[in-house]
This record gives sequence, structure tokens and C-alpha cells, in this order.
Amino acid sequence: MAMLKPYMTELLAKGKREDGRKPFDYRDIKIETGIIARANGSARVLIGKTEVLVGVKLDVGVPFPDSPESGVLMVNAELLPLASPSFEFGPPSKDSIELSRVIDRGIRECHAIDLDKLCIKPKEKVWMVFIDIYPINDDGNLLDAGALGAIAALKTTLLPKYDEDEEKVLHKELTKTKLPVQKIPVLTTFGKLSGNLFVDATMREEKEVDARLSIATIEDGTASAMQKGGSGPLTAEEVIELTEKAVELGKKLRKLIPSK
Amino acid sequence: MGEKIHIKDKDIVVPGALLAEGLEYLPSGRAFRDGENIYAATIGLISVKGRVIKVIPLAGKYSPKRGDVIIAKINGFGKFGWNLEIDSPYKIDLNVGEISMNYVDLKNSKLADYFKIGDYVFGEITDISESGYISLSAKRRPYRKLLGGNIIKVGPTKIPRIIGKQGSMIKTLKDLSGCEILIGQNGLAWIKGDAEKEAKVAKAIKLIEKESHLSGLTEKVKAMLEEKN
Amino acid sequence: MGSKVGAPEKLIVNGKRLDGRKANEMREMEIEVGVIPNADGSAIVTLGGTKVICSVYGPKEVLPRRNLDTEQAFLNCVYGMASFSTSERVRPGPNRRSTEISKVIADALAPAIFMERYAGMEITVIMEIINANAGTRTAAINAASVALADAGIEMRDLVCSIASGKADGTLMLDLFEPEDNFGEVDMPIAILPRTKEITLLQMDGILTKAESKKLIDMSIKACEEIYEIQKKALQKKYATETQQETE
Repeated sequence: MAMLKPYMTELLAKGKREDGRKPFDYRDIKIETGIIARANGSARVLIGKTEVLVGVKLDVGVPFPDSPESGVLMVNAELLPLASPSFEFGPPSKDSIELSRVIDRGIRECHAIDLDKLCIKPKEKVWMVFIDIYPINDDGNLLDAGALGAIAALKTTLLPKYDEDEEKVLHKELTKTKLPVQKIPVLTTFGKLSGNLFVDATMREEKEVDARLSIATIEDGTASAMQKGGSGPLTAEEVIELTEKAVELGKKLRKLIPSK
Repeated sequence: MGEKIHIKDKDIVVPGALLAEGLEYLPSGRAFRDGENIYAATIGLISVKGRVIKVIPLAGKYSPKRGDVIIAKINGFGKFGWNLEIDSPYKIDLNVGEISMNYVDLKNSKLADYFKIGDYVFGEITDISESGYISLSAKRRPYRKLLGGNIIKVGPTKIPRIIGKQGSMIKTLKDLSGCEILIGQNGLAWIKGDAEKEAKVAKAIKLIEKESHLSGLTEKVKAMLEEKN
Repeated sequence: MGSKVGAPEKLIVNGKRLDGRKANEMREMEIEVGVIPNADGSAIVTLGGTKVICSVYGPKEVLPRRNLDTEQAFLNCVYGMASFSTSERVRPGPNRRSTEISKVIADALAPAIFMERYAGMEITVIMEIINANAGTRTAAINAASVALADAGIEMRDLVCSIASGKADGTLMLDLFEPEDNFGEVDMPIAILPRTKEITLLQMDGILTKAESKKLIDMSIKACEEIYEIQKKALQKKYATETQQETE
């Protein structure tokens, strides 16, 4: 609907959005954890009408040769046609791969999980942490919803029991040991439309934006990942301005994550 | 044979619900007869008028009829016109001869001069062929290309509520907002005016769609449109 | 039983099942309609520990065109399991099991739909298991049937589905995980509640004719209960929308 661009530009120029928000307001956010019995950690995130489910599963596997004493982190997003008429069946789309990789970097680069504590037997056996992100309804900003879900689920993840004699995981028996989560990265995604900057685009806004910038920030105000999207450019000043906004908004988002 | 009616006016029924027994009664709308009985074919609202039992569908996609007024999106180019899309399984064509009362000379102009992909057109369905091809005409006023403004989706089954009795609701919306408003029976509404007003009218339409049963609806819509900021 | 690793010693203790149910007792079922705003129709079904979410898109254009059927609808059913829905993570994407289940689900739903009224069109039904504790295909059919109705698809009837089986030598309704894993027989069924015609039937294990009959009767009775839950869930969504409507 490229037709909506002038309408949205006119609103943004006055500091407004069609749903009544100001440019740097998020929609209502709701986060629930512990909602999937079979997962080791789970979360459901609602940002307005956007809904995402995230499940964390643990297994034991062989570490990478270059980090023989570290656990393994894997992030995967499944954009099932369940959530939107524009998603398709088949192998992962470019969008789903980008989604999972941006969220992965936000978590990995700040060492949100202390992977060094996930070694069972150097070079042979380490814990593997699988984060699976399933959008249920896409009304824009799956990036921030997925990232919030991922960290909320990780915070509640308990390790399953590992039988040392049999050398296998007892998936049905959870221990009381929490996954070592030491940082809380959150992602904030901004849009740029006819020169106007704003946060948390709806699906209707996403279709009109010229550029997008996602910034993952952690508690100390540093950024742990960035990703620019969209065919339009951003200026250096805009990037700096949005980095400040990301830190500010990140503080608010972090408070919404349940403590257990 | 026993004649028996199992429902009353304004009941909500699910597909397969038994509505009446006996040949006395006649199915209408989304009701169907199987043997001697009448059943509902969709989720719907019951209307009983004498012997006629009607199921008015409460959900479902738009299905086109000749004479319907719709808003469609340009989706591609054909040889002598455009392919349109209306979020339904039907194919719609807009022939170049149907966009103006005047002769459109394609020797000195090209299709993209008139409509590009992503543009919207307001028009009337003039024909539905046996193979399911639909022809649209937009040559007579008020039919035309829609420029700018706001477009929103509304459930096609909710369109009568938004138009209101003899167009009363739509008139209220227009009068209070000063916006131009066009409603397509396929479930799209186009609003053109000041951007803030366009957003407010869209919100009001969504409210009508959701809460048409509320008694003070017109008052609520008024309050919404007159609200500052 | 008894030969498999991890099997409990008994599946029936003091005449009751391991979760305290009687043989002919179904787990609690909840249905919520209209849970995915983007979809034309949608529903969540919870059956004990099994949870499935379903969305319906359509009728729409058939894509790819090779699936086109000019006589009737192309009913594209896709059943899948979320990677975190089982005790051991499953790889996302279709596999042999999910492909077979998708096929039998399409065959279970088709008799309820006025397929000929959607000739040349596609109806897509996507069912994703969020949490699995046996009975996932039957829960998916219950969800799909309600989601189709929510999409306004023209139907002869809803479809109701439940599994029954045999464990510890006892015939029982609605197996849960230990019974499903270590029992002797599993028999999922779907019916059209109005005519009681069977639209899905699978069975693995050994059953006598008398046992088959007993299980079918037990399932049909349960399906009548399920039908009421489906009906209430649909009416709940639409009642609020149409209250006091003046036509």
C-alpha cells in the first residue's frame, strides 16, 4: 500500500501516528513466561496485535573445535504461514534468517548466556541452547517481539537432568539449575519514513518505511548488535540519535521482562 | 410428517445446526436443505419470516455480484488494461476503455500513465463470466482512481453496518470529519481529508465494525471525531 | 508393554489411570476462537497437556497453479509441530509423520465442506502443535473445524475428533502420553456429529471386532461432548458482536 505514505508522512510530521501514538512510543507490551510445558524455558510476547512464542530447548552435543569448552547457542525463527498471509511454506525465507540472526547477535555478542559454564566434558560434551521463535500473528516489529521473547524465555530456562553414567539427557526431568544468564539485551527497532524517525512500526507502517534500524542494547547502555534494513539511507546523525533512544527505550523494555 | 422449528429469530447458529424439520419451511441465505431438514451452512444470524428461514453469514470473504461497488488494487498489466486484486480468489480486469468516458489512445500514451501497480480504483462490477472473470467499470462518476488518503480493511459482512440505514452512518462520518469517504462492498474503505481526520475516521469505522450493537453508537462516533488530539 | 525402556510398571492403578481419570473419561478441553487477527479464521484447542493453534486462510487463489482443481476446492492442510513442543527438540519443518497426518486431516475435513462451491479456489488450514501430550492430530482437527467455521467457509457440519485405545488391557478414551507410548492400541477417529459418519480412522495395535465397536461407540459419545464445546466457543465469539443488532 504505497498509497499510505503521504498520509503517514503528514501524521509523523506533526509528531503523530495513526493509532494515536507518539513517534517514540511502543504499543502495549505484554510478556508471559513458562507457558509451554515441554520447553525448558518459554515466553509469549504481545506488542499490540503482534504475537510471538519463544521456546528454549537444551540438549547435549559436541562443541565447536575453536571453543572446546563452551556451550553452543542456536537461534532459529519459523515464519509459518499461520501468522500472516504473506509468509510462505518451504525453506526459511531471507526475512526469517535475518530475524533469527539479528536476535542471535544481540544475545551472543554481549555474552548474555555464560556459555563457558555450559561445558560438561571439554572437546566432547557441552550444553546446546536452542532458541526457537514462532510468530503467531505478524502486525509488524517481529524483531523486537522475538528478541524480548528470547531473553524472557532464557531467563526462565532450567537445565534438564544429565545422566553421567549413561551419557544422555533426561529430557523429562528438569533440575533446579538455571541457565547462566548474565546480561539482558533488548532490541529496539526504528523506522524512517520521509525523513521522520519513529519506533515500533505496525505492519501498515512497515510497508511504507524507507529504512529501518535495529539496535540491541544492554544494561550498561552499550549496544551489542545493530542492523540496518530497507532500501533507503540513514545519516550518521540519525544513527547516533537512535542509539540514544535505544538505550532509553531499552530501560523501559527491560522492566517489562518477568523476573521468573 | 412432523413440522418443527428449532431456532428463533436472531439466534446465532454454527455450520450443520438443525434449523427446522419438514418441507413446510424454506431455506434462504446460507441455509440448506438435506432430506426433509434445513441446516445452517455457515456461522450466521437467523432471520425467520413466515416459512422462510434465512441464515445471514457473520463471517466470510466477499463474493462478487454484478452491480457491486468495490475498491480494488492494481496488481498487474494486461494487454488492454489492468489486473486487479481484492483479497479474494476472483480475477478482476479493468479494460482501458472502462476508465474514462473519453477515448483513451494507447498509441500516444501507455497504461502506466493512467494506473500503476499499487494504485487503487473505485468502480462497479459490470460482468462476471462463467469462468469467473470479473469486469470492472470506472468510467462514470463517482467511479475513479483514488489518489492519496487512507485505506482500511473492514470485514465484508460488516459493510451494511458501516453504511447504516439509508447511508445514515456514513453521512454522520462525512459531516463530522469533513472527509471524503468511499466504501467498497469487498471490505475496503477509503478516507480522504486532513491526515489526522483520516486516522480518526478509520478508528471510528473500526469501532462501528466491532460494536455495532451498542445503543449510543452514533454519540460515541461523534465524541471520537470531535475529540482534540 | 513392559518391554520398552522407561515404561511405567502399570498404566491402571486401582481402576484409575495414571492421571486419575476413569477409562471413558476425556481430558478437559478448551477452545478459543478468533485468536489470530491476520487469519480469516482461527482457533486454539487445549486438550489436557496438548495445545494446538490453527489458522485458516481463504478461499483464495490456488498457488502454485498445479494444485488447481476446477471441480472443487484445493484444501491445503498443513500439520506441524513446534520444535519445543516435545520433550526432545524436533527439527522444524515437515517430515514423513507430519506429511501423513496433514493428508489424513485434509481427508477428515473435506466431507464437512461444500467443496464444490469453492471450485478453482484454495482453502489453507495450518495447524501447529505448541505443546504435545498425545492426541495432537485429533486436537488439530477440532481446532481446524472451528477455524473453518470462523472463516465463514460453507460447511455441511463441523468435525469432531478424539482418540481412544487400549492400555494395560483396558479400553480407554483419550490417551495421554504414557498410554500413547506404552499402551497396546491407539485409534484416532473423527466424525460428522450430525450423521455420525466417520471421516478419519486410523488404528495401530491388535483389536477384536467387539473391542473396535466399543472404542468407536466410546469415541462417538465423546465427540458429542466435543461438538457442544465447539459450538459454545463459536457462539461466544459471535454473540458479543451481534447482541441486540437491529437488522
